[in-house]
Amino acid sequence: MSAIPLGGQAEPDLAAIPAEHAQPRQARRWYRQPALMSGLILFGIILFLAAGAPLLTSYNPIAQNLSQTLLGPSAHHLLGTDQLGRDVFSRLLYGLRTDLRIACIAVLFPFCIGTVLGSIAGYYGGWVDTIIMRLVDIVVAFPFYVLIIALVFVLGPGQRSIYIAITLVGWVSYARIVRGEILVAKRQDYVLAAQSGGLAAIRIIGRHLLPNVITQAIIYAMSDIVQDMLAIVTLGYFGLGVPPPTPDLGSMINDGQNFLTTHWQLTTFPGLVVVVVGLALSLIGDGLADLIRPGQA
Amino acid sequence: MTFVIRRLLMLVPVAIGVTIIVFFLIHLIPGDPARTILGIHATPRAIAILHRQWGLNRPLVSQYWLFMDRLVHGNLGQSLYYGVPAAGLILGRLPATLWLICYAGLIAVLISVPLAMIAASRKDGIRDHVVRAVPLLGLGMPPFWLGILLIYALAINVHLFPVSGYGTGFGGHLHYMFLPALTVAIALAPVVIRSLRASMLNVLGAEYVTTARSKGIPAHRLFLRHVLRNAVIPAVTVLGINIGFLIGGTVVIENVFAIPGIGQLMINSIFERDFPVVQGVTLVFGVLVVMVNLLADLSYAALDPRVRFDR
Repeated sequence: MSAIPLGGQAEPDLAAIPAEHAQPRQARRWYRQPALMSGLILFGIILFLAAGAPLLTSYNPIAQNLSQTLLGPSAHHLLGTDQLGRDVFSRLLYGLRTDLRIACIAVLFPFCIGTVLGSIAGYYGGWVDTIIMRLVDIVVAFPFYVLIIALVFVLGPGQRSIYIAITLVGWVSYARIVRGEILVAKRQDYVLAAQSGGLAAIRIIGRHLLPNVITQAIIYAMSDIVQDMLAIVTLGYFGLGVPPPTPDLGSMINDGQNFLTTHWQLTTFPGLVVVVVGLALSLIGDGLADLIRPGQA
Repeated sequence: MTFVIRRLLMLVPVAIGVTIIVFFLIHLIPGDPARTILGIHATPRAIAILHRQWGLNRPLVSQYWLFMDRLVHGNLGQSLYYGVPAAGLILGRLPATLWLICYAGLIAVLISVPLAMIAASRKDGIRDHVVRAVPLLGLGMPPFWLGILLIYALAINVHLFPVSGYGTGFGGHLHYMFLPALTVAIALAPVVIRSLRASMLNVLGAEYVTTARSKGIPAHRLFLRHVLRNAVIPAVTVLGINIGFLIGGTVVIENVFAIPGIGQLMINSIFERDFPVVQGVTLVFGVLVVMVNLLADLSYAALDPRVRFDR
């Protein structure tokens, strides 16, 4: 689990996993991957901005100042103020902090559940496989946003509902990926050897199979964080996400939409932040995929 | 023929599962669903009526049976806000959503196929790198944000398209729905471009392409006659796989552009706490995805005679 890069410290871990499998030839070293490197640097900057928000801005993101509403960018307010006189730059940093934190945590639950169910389905096959994959079919039958919005609605607004909704919908992708990988890997000699050696199934899955197949799930997790962040921002846009006054990029876009003709920056910048986060994580995902299977990306 | 029948049989468990999930939605409400839905000021009598209407005081299995019994009779319950049957309400809103889905799917194909061809025609060239950078930017783009920016750029600054609405008549729909459809298409395009490029590269490596090349067939004819034809099949599948994304995207976009489809109905009903309608829309969306997936699979089999299920 620790291999999911939530912080800069995880970077060496990330590289270590594929490097064990790929021959560590010069060209394939992780730091020589332009996509991975630029993604990691970009994501590092994003993490720095999110984590260092209290240091980078002196404004309270929820403090209103009704005498200074809708100001343009200036030295005092880098990106101006919104309709309630709140500093847009600090709201942007704190919003990024909120949404990124929720997205990164939210991805952990489906990752674990999907991986466990996927490996059980793939390893045992038979009726267990049938049941789990039918469940996957059923969840996939709903459009992602529709199910997330419906679930958050019935569970009531708030972070807990977001986590539950994303977990209930998100596990299927991991289950599919891990099952597919395990189906291939379990026919390999080393697994047959472990089986004939009489090792318990749980040990074969945990110690022999998972380390070999988990990288695919980790690569997917990169784009999944982006998808979750989009879902959180979308919920915020509809007023179903993180309740105000906590700054959230989605509700910022919604607020700014009313002033689109005069203050386009209120809507534009929160969205740009999401795009940059998506870019960073996609680059990391692509770079990782390239490390594992060179030339196929 | 057996393929069609087996594919239809596979639908049964999925369809039942979809109804179970929609049925269970109200049981996820914390506390007494009737009290939560009707609000704190509801009289005990109103709550009792809703309890009886939905069969909330019966065992779960018999509640589900009741739900299914109504469903097969086309009854999705009464809208709490409008006071009319939810099914009729949803049916009236469906055309706008279907319009948007088809329009967006068409634009997505029109954007993706040429770009994928450009990228695949010279692998690792500059054009390839440029096209491959598009998905990186597009994947993290919130569709509703893109919609707002398009409104700002093309409807407010330059009065090319209307800001919102559905329009009347075929031409009106085409004009009014262009921006929303474009938004959904741009959100969908990155995924489609990626898979199409990969499948075109696959086709380009096939022996019959080498043969055609060695016969001296010009590049554009090669692409149109040999590569595109064989890359269309994966494109259909890719669109089919992502149909959930395409349909889900319409929920969000309909609200940005005020299109009177079922996505807008869903969000409005959420704010009115109109539970039966939200439940009904969720069900209709699920059914829509299942149907389109079925169509994609069947057309896949029709396009490529080699594809036969589980033989």
